[in-house]
Amino acid sequence: MTTIDTALPQTPTAVRREALYFALRNGKLLVGLGVILILLGTAVIGPVLLGRAANDYVGLPMQSPSSEYWFGTNTFGQDIFVQFVYGLRTTFEVGALGGGIAAVIGMAVGFIAGYRGGMVDEVLNMLTNIILVIPTLAVLLIINAYLGIRSVGVQALFIGLTSWPWAARAIRAQTFSLRTRDFVDLARLSGMPSRKIILREIAPNMSSYLFMTFILLFGGSILIASSLDFIGLGPTEGVSLGLMLQNAHQWSALHLGLWWWFIPPGAGITAVVGALYVANVGLDEVFNPKLRET
Amino acid sequence: MLELHDVTKVYKVGAFGGKTMTAVDGVSFDVGTGEVVSLIGESGSGKTTIGRMILGLTSLTSGSITLDGAPVKPGKAYYRSVQGVFQDPFSSYNPVFKADRVLRMIKEQYFPSVPDWDDRVEEALAAVRLNPGQVLDKFPHQLSGGQLQRLLIARALLLEIKLLVADEITSMLDASTRIDVLNLLADLKARGLGVLYITHDLSLGNYLAERTVVLRHGTVVEMGLTEKVFGDPLHPYTRQLLSAVPRLGSPWEEAAPADGCLYHQKGATGRLLAADEGHFVACAGLDDCGGPAA
Repeated sequence: MTTIDTALPQTPTAVRREALYFALRNGKLLVGLGVILILLGTAVIGPVLLGRAANDYVGLPMQSPSSEYWFGTNTFGQDIFVQFVYGLRTTFEVGALGGGIAAVIGMAVGFIAGYRGGMVDEVLNMLTNIILVIPTLAVLLIINAYLGIRSVGVQALFIGLTSWPWAARAIRAQTFSLRTRDFVDLARLSGMPSRKIILREIAPNMSSYLFMTFILLFGGSILIASSLDFIGLGPTEGVSLGLMLQNAHQWSALHLGLWWWFIPPGAGITAVVGALYVANVGLDEVFNPKLRET
Repeated sequence: MLELHDVTKVYKVGAFGGKTMTAVDGVSFDVGTGEVVSLIGESGSGKTTIGRMILGLTSLTSGSITLDGAPVKPGKAYYRSVQGVFQDPFSSYNPVFKADRVLRMIKEQYFPSVPDWDDRVEEALAAVRLNPGQVLDKFPHQLSGGQLQRLLIARALLLEIKLLVADEITSMLDASTRIDVLNLLADLKARGLGVLYITHDLSLGNYLAERTVVLRHGTVVEMGLTEKVFGDPLHPYTRQLLSAVPRLGSPWEEAAPADGCLYHQKGATGRLLAADEGHFVACAGLDDCGGPAA
């Protein structure tokens, strides 16, 4: 009986702690978050500790991994571990910026369309659908090639501006169902303006969903950025994991047997995005009691 | 105090809004200061729509609602005099916040710098016979339906309102708490508060109200002083409703068939016939009537 006593919420504080209780016991969430935190720590602290620039020429070319060069060197004699650490940093930057921009636009459009309804909803929904059916990658290719955008920030901006529609649609649908609840009417009867009602009555009811939306947009931005980098439309300043893959491909790393050149960036992208998705599934279980394994 | 004049609400239905549905059709009545008026009707008769229009949550298609002669303009000033309590106490509270947040919202919007706010809250809670220790700092799911409804009435009292729109506030409560809430409304009436009591339950309406409005398919079929409407029902629909009230110890009896249409016998014009002092009845809608003259 003791386990049941601790698992069931009994006091108000216990209700708040419930999510944390299940979060700390959810293997998927812990593993996913653990991997992300390790990689994030590497990306943030790594460049400081290394004391080198990403594209410094450090030694002999085509060295296999050793105690001096952990991931070996490439055909130019650049340290692949250093590039990897800087690349991770770029990857997180693109994810946070692109995912953040997309989340903000998606939430704004979704909340306003869902709460206002009527004509406002029609217009915003049309805009959402138009962006949704545009082949995003093709547009990004054209924009990148035409404008010659070569910095991480601008790349993230364009990814953010094109990847929000599905989030907007999902949030609009949820807002539609929440705005008919009596507590929204009660907030209107309290004289609260619409903006406050959205932020303080509707949004807190879907906070877990909004959080997961951001995680998925974060992972999506990383994948799109890597694809752009790989086909040679990435940032020319600095280095990213996708750019490393592109260089490895361009300089025939596969044929030369330089496996240490393309495996680390590929594994890095997979680890970040994979860990985000695993953590997302874990969060789903934490927030949705029906999915919990008892 | 509150006057409805020829209030009509037409909803657009169908895929392209091509069809219309008249929810409320030319309803006129008034609620005086310190008076309880019960609005009785079956499901879909438009009674909740009327309540929402008075509260400014739904717009009018035509007609007008005035408070002390001034047309209703939803906003902070209006909600200071007119408040509502809804049917479902459990959906009137935002489930992610504590229940007394509804009181705090009033403080934030109307009285941001009142020094003796806690005293006021205590006073309002005492007026609805709630013990502050039992209801403050609790989540909605920790309180009973009756406590939640009384807390909402206390919230309205904090604003020193003139009119309370009570939309089926007892229908989700069990029989013992129901009478408590009704007695509470009677107390408020004694303090000079006008109440529009919306219900489908004739006996509850009879318990409180000075005047009764019987609604069917969005139109008023009979209205007047409660003892006249219930003691001498003139419209066949009112008779049917009264005969449908279950009585202890006697089997259900079919209502006596309508003996002609009083409205047409008296050759009335307009929507309602003034059958007696303070007693109005609409056309009975019999086959040979052909509807009201208006």
